[in-house]
Parts: sequence; C-alpha cells; structure tokens
Amino acid sequence: MKKTVRVRYFALLREQRGLDEEEVATEASTARGLYEELRERHRFPLPADSLRVAINGDFGSWAAAVRDGDALAFMPPVAGG
Amino acid sequence: MTFKLTDTSIDAAALLDGLRDTRSGAWVTFEGRVRDRNGGKAVRALDYEAFAPLAEKEGQKILSEAAEKFPIAGAVCVHRTGSLRPGEIAVWIAVTAGHRGAAFEACRYIIDETKARIPIWKKEHYADGATEWINCAVRGGPPGGGAGDGLKAG
Repeated sequence: MKKTVRVRYFALLREQRGLDEEEVATEASTARGLYEELRERHRFPLPADSLRVAINGDFGSWAAAVRDGDALAFMPPVAGG
Repeated sequence: MTFKLTDTSIDAAALLDGLRDTRSGAWVTFEGRVRDRNGGKAVRALDYEAFAPLAEKEGQKILSEAAEKFPIAGAVCVHRTGSLRPGEIAVWIAVTAGHRGAAFEACRYIIDETKARIPIWKKEHYADGATEWINCAVRGGPPGGGAGDGLKAG
C-alpha cells in the first residue's frame, strides 16, 4: 500500500541527498525497507546498520512499521562533545 | 537538571553564576573545547549540527539518569551548534553535589553518554580546504560509530 512520509536527513547523509527534508511516497513496510529504497535511489554509501532511525521524534527500530504520515529521520553515527 | 543547545558562544561564568547552590560542597565543571589539530591535520573550524528536539530530549534523559545513579544536587549541560573555531567551548557541563566523588562521577557519566547518544554531528574544516564528517566513514563503519573519535577531546 502506498503511503506518504516525511524524511529528514542529517550530516553526511543530508549532504549526499542535497536536502534536509523531503516527502516520499513509498510502499516500504518498515523503516529499514524505506531506507534501503532511498539508499538505492540516491546511492547512499552508508548501510542502515551504521545509522539510527527516529520515528515521529523518538529513536525507533529498523523493524518498526512505516505508516502514512509518519516523520522519519535517518541519522549517521553521532559525534557530539 | 537542564540540557540545552545553543548557537551562540557558551558563557561559562554566567552559567556558573546561574547555579546558585550554597548547599553543595562540590562543584565539578567540564569544558570540551575545539582542538586545532586532528590526526595530524590543522583544523580551521568545526560545524556542529543537531537534531534539536531529539537531542534535547535525550540530553534531559542523560541528566536524569545521572541524578538517579549518583547523589548529586544539580546538573547542567549546554552543547553548541553552528560553526566554531579552535579554542571555543563546544560542550559545557556542571554538576553540583554534597561531595566530590558523586560530582566527578556524574560529570564523567554525562559527557560520555552525551558523546555516545545525542544526535549531534560535527564536520571538520581543515586548513588545506578539505572537510570531513567525523565518525561518518563513507563506506560505513561499525554500528554506532567508527574508530575515529574525531577532533574533540570531550
């Protein structure tokens, strides 16, 4: 089933995509599926397992279901401090 | 317990004044500053980027954890975003407690967890014009980050 989600990118991923945020129409059922779809489309070098995902403002799991209207953020390894 | 992000210079003296805690005998502060070299390369500037709402939520959680684990009176952590020059404060932490043991341990806990968990990224700008996102190996590193800890001592 087709759904529409908001996707945010950070740091290296944001630069590779060339934008901060976009609306994506997808049939992916999980967060991992959505990332893999985008990774293939935009040739992101970073594999999902090196990233973390946030879903609707909280850290989420790659196995989490993607629902219409969700806001997902893909986050490369952090480097604060 | 306060965690916040700021895009302007961290004024450590003003933050300390704001603590106003006369019951605590131990005050431990930590300043993480931008180094001017990393891996032998001269660093000219450093950009910090954050996923602000989640960073603040996770930061608040880290401070609460510190307060549960150690007998402290208060804790503050302020993290910069934006462009910084060598010598500038990137992260500032203060912990107050009755005694020094808890204050040191809680401060250490807060900086370690901040570096490991908070969605903040840094990009180094080198003197030769090259740039690099720290921990973001282009071909992907091990889960949760690479070997390189990057520029900051933190």
